[in-house]
Amino acid sequence: MEDKARVQEAIKIQGEVVRKLKSEKASKEQIDEEVAKLLELKAQLGGDDGKHQFVLKTAKGTRDYNPKQMAIREKVFNTIIGCFKRHGAETIDTPVFELKETLTGKYGEDSKLIYDLKDQGGELLSLRYDLTVPFARYLAMNKITNIKRYHIAKVYRRDNPAMTRGRYREFYQCDFDIAGQYDAMIPDAECLKIVHEILSELDLGDFRIKVNDRRILDGMFAVCGVPDEKFRTICSTVDKLDKMAWEDVKKEMVNEKSLSEEAADQIGEYVSMQGGKDLLGASLGPEKCLQSKQACAGLSRYQAALQLPGALQFYYTGVIYEAVLTQAGVARSPMKAAGYTSRRVPQRGAAVAEGRYGLVALEP
Amino acid sequence: MTETIDTPVFELKGNIDRKYGEDSKLIYDLKDQGGELCPSDKEFSSLSGPSDPTVDKLDKMAWEDVKKEMVNEKSLSEEAADQIGEYVSMQGGKDLAERLLQDPKMSQSKQACAGLSDIKLLFSYLELFQVTDKVVFDLSLARGLDYYTGVIYEAVLTQAGVAPVSNETQQGAPAEESVSVGSVAGGGRYDGLVGMFDPKGRKVPCVGVSIGIERIFSIMEQKAEASAEKVRTTEVQVMVASAQKNLLEERLKLVTELWDAGIKAEVMYKKNPKLLSQLQHCEESGIPLVAILGEQELKDGVVKLRVVATREEFDISRADLLAEIRRRTSEA
Repeated sequence: MEDKARVQEAIKIQGEVVRKLKSEKASKEQIDEEVAKLLELKAQLGGDDGKHQFVLKTAKGTRDYNPKQMAIREKVFNTIIGCFKRHGAETIDTPVFELKETLTGKYGEDSKLIYDLKDQGGELLSLRYDLTVPFARYLAMNKITNIKRYHIAKVYRRDNPAMTRGRYREFYQCDFDIAGQYDAMIPDAECLKIVHEILSELDLGDFRIKVNDRRILDGMFAVCGVPDEKFRTICSTVDKLDKMAWEDVKKEMVNEKSLSEEAADQIGEYVSMQGGKDLLGASLGPEKCLQSKQACAGLSRYQAALQLPGALQFYYTGVIYEAVLTQAGVARSPMKAAGYTSRRVPQRGAAVAEGRYGLVALEP
Repeated sequence: MTETIDTPVFELKGNIDRKYGEDSKLIYDLKDQGGELCPSDKEFSSLSGPSDPTVDKLDKMAWEDVKKEMVNEKSLSEEAADQIGEYVSMQGGKDLAERLLQDPKMSQSKQACAGLSDIKLLFSYLELFQVTDKVVFDLSLARGLDYYTGVIYEAVLTQAGVAPVSNETQQGAPAEESVSVGSVAGGGRYDGLVGMFDPKGRKVPCVGVSIGIERIFSIMEQKAEASAEKVRTTEVQVMVASAQKNLLEERLKLVTELWDAGIKAEVMYKKNPKLLSQLQHCEESGIPLVAILGEQELKDGVVKLRVVATREEFDISRADLLAEIRRRTSEA
């Protein structure tokens, strides 16, 4: 028994050693060495009482679906499939992985997000990144010239952890495509009609469908003096354009929503911060928190404008509204970290999305 | 009734290896691309929990920054960048396309003119499809993927709690003053992709759309949680229950009749369950009907049918039971 406690203590200490090395970005050899020691220690425990110490979590960027979530998912799929069928589509399925060469060169700057399977001595494979390229491969392979098909399946994208986007790495796509030589714009219009039908039927609130044309973009770049070879890269830069710059958001909050300028500036300061766990916690004591119900209301209205990813979760204690965004989807109460203990925090559902922004705590 | 769950395709390597022993060599490993899937990392990943896919605005920037990137990083001239800036701020409908066809600069490009004419044609079809209320021709939409050759589109929800400030244009949707929460659908025309795979380079023109289902799930999950309405995870129509002990055989016989008749039913996996527990299970699962077997009822050749919602009970003859259940479940 004592031995076990000692081993567990040693594991804890060794775990800290490894964590420290990693945060200091120590050399791979060093980390591996310490990790091996830790695994050895853990193996000792495993032998003793037959209990395996392993990490119980899903892979980063993936999730399980519980029955309630599946019930919702099924309903959504039924609505979507109903719409596709109403427009005369058939369905196909393709493998989860494709030959690496099939996916190469199709995704431009996004290619670095493709999951490759390890070379185990056979074909080089990659997990599908979308359903469109497999579809094109399917058409070419089977010499199909006309088809109207839908395909609902999971796709895989390896979002770089440093660029946390609040996205999953494994997720479903529902694709509808019309292949074939037809008269201009009729099938294109039908695709838009389908989007409109689905979004309306799912009752998600108001939406907009933006349209443009690659030829217009290319033509525009050309007449603006963009050299040919820069078209694609300029295109992806333009794609990043936000609709509302910070100045306009602040203007609206102050002028139309009567927020004090200090409050607005504070919000601005926070949302421009980039940091991790260190941003939360004691260093951001209560004196730094905004004291404004309006800021709170303003925040919820402008969460997207402020480039806050995911859902802004409000912890309502009856005394304090606290909007918390954290790294890695785990919400940590800054008030708690700052030493305040009186909290009634009703569960507000799933943890808050990843974010790099600071804390704003508000009082009504 | 069984519920269903789904689990991710990839599991932490450590978990898999331990489970499959000898068969481990048949497992596909993902290449170590320096992330959390690296086996040696698995125990110490400091990240926890999945992320919420609701928004994807982190890479959206203000015009100043976009311009900066084009000029500094992509070596574009400042005039070019400014010109682009003017165009990409335009939004509208069929009328905008018409205006641009007259634009002295834009009209110099044959390509742009072809695109603009097609946009006009598109809008005329969209009018017939009666969807123009939500469609905007937006020059700043530039979807990153390489393979689009013609029309491109993206659907965004306008509600982040922000109501769009309406700015009606003649034939398009109100211009988007509000900021979106991220796209829920996207797509376009890609005429060259199939040709890249075909050995003879035969082209098959394609157009399509991809619905961003995860974002939609997220929203619907939040809605379900917020609403009082209970989401059922099974479709059971009838619980076959017993009011006294030693009636398991009768329950199994009756549930068999129901299953064979295509009725969704279940029994409690206990020989002598308490009636109260069985009723409680119905309330929790949302099962609408209970067929209660009791000693006296069996002697009388009836089954007590209980409506969970109202707590009313009716004695139905065994012969009429199926028909009665069918009647009640079809009305529901």
